[in-house]
Amino acid sequence: MSFLGLLVRNRLAFAGLVVMLVIVVLALVTPLLPLADPDVTDTANRFKRPFAASVILGTDHLGRDLLSRLLWGVRLSLAVGFASALIAAAIGAAIGIIAGFYGGRTDNVIMRGVDMLMAFPYILLALAIVASLGPGLINALIAVAAVNIPFFARNIRGVTVSIAHTEFVDAARLSGMGDARIILTEILPNVVPVIVIAMSTTVGWMILETAGLSFLGLGSQPPQADLGSMLGEARSALITNPHTSIVPGAMILVIVMSINLLGDGVRDALDPRLRSGALSRPMPSTLVRREEPVPAKETSALLALSGLKTQFHSNGRIHKAVGGVDLYVRPGECVGVVGESGSGKSVTALSVMGLVASPPGVITAGAAHFSGQDLIGANYETLRRLRGDRVAYIFQDPLTALHPLYTVGAQLVEAIRVHHAMPRAKAREHAVELLESVRIPNAEERLDGYPHELSGGMRQRVGIAMALANDPELIIADEPTTSLDVTVQAQILSLLSELQRERGLAIIFITHDFGVVAQLCNRVAVMYAGRIVEEGPTDAILNAPAHPYTARLMACVPELGRGRHRLAAIPGLPPVLDGLPEGCAFAERCHKAKEACRTGEIALTANAVQRAVRCIDPEFRTADAAR
Amino acid sequence: MTAALEVTELYKTFAVGKRLIGPPRAHVRAVQPLTLTINKGETLGIVGESGCGKSTLARMLVGLLEPSGGQIKIEGEPLNTADPAAFGRRIQYVFQDPVSSLNPRRTIRQIMEAPLKHLHGMSKAARARRIAEIFSAVNLRLDFLDRYPHEFSGGQAQRIVIGRALAADARILVLDEPVSALDVSIQAQVLNLLSDLKEKFDLTYLFISHDLAVVEAISDRIAVLYFGSVVEIGPAIQVFSQPRHPYTKLLAESAPVVGRPLTAPEGRETELPDPHNPPQGCAFRARCSRALSQCGLERPELVREGADRIIACHNSL
Repeated sequence: MSFLGLLVRNRLAFAGLVVMLVIVVLALVTPLLPLADPDVTDTANRFKRPFAASVILGTDHLGRDLLSRLLWGVRLSLAVGFASALIAAAIGAAIGIIAGFYGGRTDNVIMRGVDMLMAFPYILLALAIVASLGPGLINALIAVAAVNIPFFARNIRGVTVSIAHTEFVDAARLSGMGDARIILTEILPNVVPVIVIAMSTTVGWMILETAGLSFLGLGSQPPQADLGSMLGEARSALITNPHTSIVPGAMILVIVMSINLLGDGVRDALDPRLRSGALSRPMPSTLVRREEPVPAKETSALLALSGLKTQFHSNGRIHKAVGGVDLYVRPGECVGVVGESGSGKSVTALSVMGLVASPPGVITAGAAHFSGQDLIGANYETLRRLRGDRVAYIFQDPLTALHPLYTVGAQLVEAIRVHHAMPRAKAREHAVELLESVRIPNAEERLDGYPHELSGGMRQRVGIAMALANDPELIIADEPTTSLDVTVQAQILSLLSELQRERGLAIIFITHDFGVVAQLCNRVAVMYAGRIVEEGPTDAILNAPAHPYTARLMACVPELGRGRHRLAAIPGLPPVLDGLPEGCAFAERCHKAKEACRTGEIALTANAVQRAVRCIDPEFRTADAAR
Repeated sequence: MTAALEVTELYKTFAVGKRLIGPPRAHVRAVQPLTLTINKGETLGIVGESGCGKSTLARMLVGLLEPSGGQIKIEGEPLNTADPAAFGRRIQYVFQDPVSSLNPRRTIRQIMEAPLKHLHGMSKAARARRIAEIFSAVNLRLDFLDRYPHEFSGGQAQRIVIGRALAADARILVLDEPVSALDVSIQAQVLNLLSDLKEKFDLTYLFISHDLAVVEAISDRIAVLYFGSVVEIGPAIQVFSQPRHPYTKLLAESAPVVGRPLTAPEGRETELPDPHNPPQGCAFRARCSRALSQCGLERPELVREGADRIIACHNSL
C-alpha cells in the first residue's frame, strides 16, 4: 500500500494532517487577509473580550488585535520550528553519518562530544546559547536547533552503522566509488526515511521549545508576535483577562497535538517493520476457517494429515501455501518432507500445532489427527498442553529459538515444569540428564551458560534436548541441520537417528537435502508449490523417482565423488503461490508436459507398492498399481 | 601456465577487546600466513567450516580488508594497498546473499553502471552497449534495468550481481558461497551459468563454499582450510575421493550422500579449537585419530607430494 494510503487509514494521523494543513494554509495566506496591523497599539481599546464589536478574538494589553497577532505569530512560530528542525536534521544527520560510516576513533570522538552536549538539560543549554549570542528570534532558532542536534546524530549514526557494513556498500567500493560518493548514493537514500521519521516526531517539540524561549523574552522581541511571546506578555493579566493567554495557549496545543499525531502516523507508515505487520500481535494459534467438510477421523497412524490447506491472506491477495496435503507418520517412523523454498513444507509442519502466525495465516480445510484427536480447530488450551509435551519442534536456527537473556538451564527447566509440575531442583536434575543424552560435555556447567556462549552445533543440541524434555511421541524437525557445518551435521543426524531407535520417536524431518533424507528417513514426501507430488519409501523413491520433478530435482543436485561435471538444471522458476496455474504446477518447467497436464485436478495416485505420484505420465508405473 | 593470483604469506589478525587508549587486550589470527597460487583460467575451490577464515581471506583478496602482512600479486603485479578501487579492475567479488548486496534504493541500471562509470569512465552510449552485452551473457532481459532489487527472485538477483562483477571487466572473480542462499533447482542454473561465463570471458575463479559436492562439481583444484590455514590442496576429483589429510577425510565422510549409511565419523563431543586460545602444534590434533606426539609440538608445514598434491600433516593418509 502506498505511503499516503497507509497514512490516511490511520484516523488520528489523518485528523492531524487535516488540522495541520488548515493551519499551514492560514499561516501562508495571512499577509493577504484583511487583518488589522498586528503591531499597532490602541490603548483605549485594551483587553476587549472576544467576539466584541469588530474584534473576533479580542485585544491584548496594548489594544492590539489578537486574531491578527495570533495568525502572524503562528506564521513565525511555524517558520522557526520547521527551520530549526531542518537545520538540526541536516547537521545531526551529517554528524551521525560521518561517525557511523568511518567508525573507530572518529566515531568515538564525535559521539562522546554529542554525549557531552546531551548531558546538559536542554533548556539550560538553550539559555546558555542565547545568553552568549544575545536575545532575538534568529538566535533562539540557532539555540533550539543546536539543542536537538544530538538527538538526530545518535539516531542516524545507529542506522548508518548497520548500513555501512552491508554487502552493497562493499560492492560499491569494488565498483570504484570513493567514500563521498558512497555516502551520497548508497548510504543517504537509505537513511532519509529515518531522518523524516525523526523530524516528524520532533517538529512539535521544537515549536514548543521556541515558544518557551520567547516566553522567557529571549526569542522574538516586541512588538513582533510569536506564540511564546504572546503568552509571555499575557502572563501579568492571566487572572483578570484570561482570554489573552488562552488564545495563544490553545493554538500551541492544537499545533503541537496535530503535528505529533501526524508525526506518529508518518513514522508508522514509513517504518518497514510496522508496515510488514511485525508488531501486530499474532493470535495464540492459527485461525481456522474450514470451508470444506471436515475429513473423517483417522486413527491408523500417530499423526495423520488429511486435505490440509493453509493460506496467507494479505493485502487482498491469497497465497495458497499449502494446497491439500495428506501425510501420515506411524510411531517410531521417520518421514522426510523434501521441497524447495515456497513448496509449503514448513507451513505444513507449523499448521499441525496451529503455529502459523495469524494474521495472515488461515487454515481453510483439512484435519490433523494426532492419536485420533483432530488438532485443526482444537481449542487453544488443548494445543498448548500438547505443544512441547507430546509433539515437539526443532527449528532451523537454534539461536532464534532460544531466548538470549535466560540461561540454557532456566529455559530447559521451564519447558519441563510447564507440562509436569515438579520441584525446581528435580527439574534441574532432569535438565542435566537431557543435556547428557544429547552428548553435551560438562552438562552441569553448560546449564548456567547463555545460548550465545555455545557454538552452533551445541546450540542445536540444546534445541533437541528441549524438544526431548517431556518425552514427546512426535518431533517435527524443520531443517535442523541446514545452518550447521557438515561435520556437526553428521553428529546431529546420528544423534537424532539414535534417539528415534532408542525411544521409539516418530520424526517428521523437513529438508531440501536428499542426502540427509537418504540417511535418516524411512519414507519421504516430495512437495512442490504447496502439494505433495510424490510419496513413498525413501530407498524406492531415491532409486527410481516417478515424478519428473523429483527426478529432475535429484539430477540437479551435485553429487560428491563425480568430479567436475555440468549439472542438469531445471529451467524456469517455481510458480507464484497467489496465482497457481490450473492442472500440474510443474507443467511450466516439465519437459514431458502436454495439453492434459494443464487442465483439471491431477490426483495423487498409487503407482507401485506403497507409492503414490501426482502425475498423469509418471516416469514408471508398476503393473499391479495400474490394475 | 601463468599465475592469475599469487598470495604469499598473507595473514590477518584481529584485535579483540579494544581500549580507548593503548594496545588491545589480545589478538586473534583469523588467517594464518598462507601461500596460494591460482593459475590463469583455473577454478580453485576453497572449502572449510564456519570460522575457518574463508571469508576473511576472500575479503583481503579483493581489497576490502587490509592484510596484517604478506603479499597479494594479481597477474604478476603486487597490490598491497587495500584500495578496493585499485583491486576492482582486476578482481571482483560475488557475495553470498544476492539480495543484500544490491542497494534497495537504486535501480538495476544505476547498480550496473557504477563499475563502468567509476572504474572505466565510459560514456553513456558505451555503458548502455556494454550493459546490453553483459545482460545477454547472464540471460537477463533488458527491461529489468529500470526495476528495483526487491522485484527479483534470488536466482535473478544473483545473476545481476554476477553481471555487475563482469561489468568491472576483471579477469578474476572471487565467488563467496554464491549459490548457498539459492534453492537447489536455481543453484544448478547459476553454477552452469558460471561455467559458461568462465569459458566465454576467459575468467579465473576462486570458489568458496561449505558444500563439498558443489565445490567438487565446479573446481579444477580444491584447497581445504582449517582454522585459518590450508591443510590440503589437490585436484578436485581426488581431494575427497582420496583424501590425504585426516581433516579432509573427516569432511568427505561427514557429507550426506545418497546410498551411504548414516555414520558419525567422529566422537560427538568435538568442537573447533578456541581462536582466543589457539592450540600448540597442529590445530586439528584434538580431533585427529592419527595424531602423533610430534603433532602437539610443531605445526606441520605444507609439503608438496607428487605432482599436484600439497599437504600439511605429520602423519598423512
